[in-house]
Amino acid sequence: MRGAHMTVRCRLFARYAEVVGSEALDLEIPDGATVGDAVEALRARLGPGARLPARPLAAVNREHAVWDRVLADGDELALLPPLAGG
Amino acid sequence: MSVYVTREPIDIGALVANVSDVGRGAAVAFLGSVRRSREDGPVVAIGYTAYEEMLEAEFGRIVAEARARWPGVEVAAQHRLGDVPLGTASIAAVAAAPHRAEAFEAARYVVEEAKRRLPVWKRERFEDGTARWREE
Repeated sequence: MRGAHMTVRCRLFARYAEVVGSEALDLEIPDGATVGDAVEALRARLGPGARLPARPLAAVNREHAVWDRVLADGDELALLPPLAGG
Repeated sequence: MSVYVTREPIDIGALVANVSDVGRGAAVAFLGSVRRSREDGPVVAIGYTAYEEMLEAEFGRIVAEARARWPGVEVAAQHRLGDVPLGTASIAAVAAAPHRAEAFEAARYVVEEAKRRLPVWKRERFEDGTARWREE
């Protein structure tokens, strides 16, 4: 039987948007999935051409998030290239 | 409306005016500008892009932290987005306080946290029309 799933909105910026070829896409992932799980799901969906680092900086709902942060349905997950503000 | 983001030249005088008050005898204003470094080559401008909704939220958190840490201090800050020419300001932080020590400390805190935490990226634009992401 298929377990319960949820959808998170994944947003990509700057160089990551270029390498992925998209600024936003929806990811369907199992309930209880973490930021790390979501990034692995994204990597699997994109295939070997998507050159994302092993552990990109992430934000959930507009706030910096750690790799093992558990996601909820409808969350906005953003993958952030190395920050260069100022 | 955007509080912390502008696409126009930063008006540092307006930011200082926003935080000034007769009870605050000290104001510190920091401006960070686009700089040409030897290794960059012929850069003419830097194009700043951001995750704007998070930039607003994160800058708001930083300013709230400064206000909580230095009671009586008022802080304002701005990041410019879009193409910013060499020598022109891309970020500003101002702090006003009853005395200068807290004003210096709070302004420094806002700038350092902004550099560390804001979701902003730089694209260098060169004289020959090419561009590349700059990651520091």
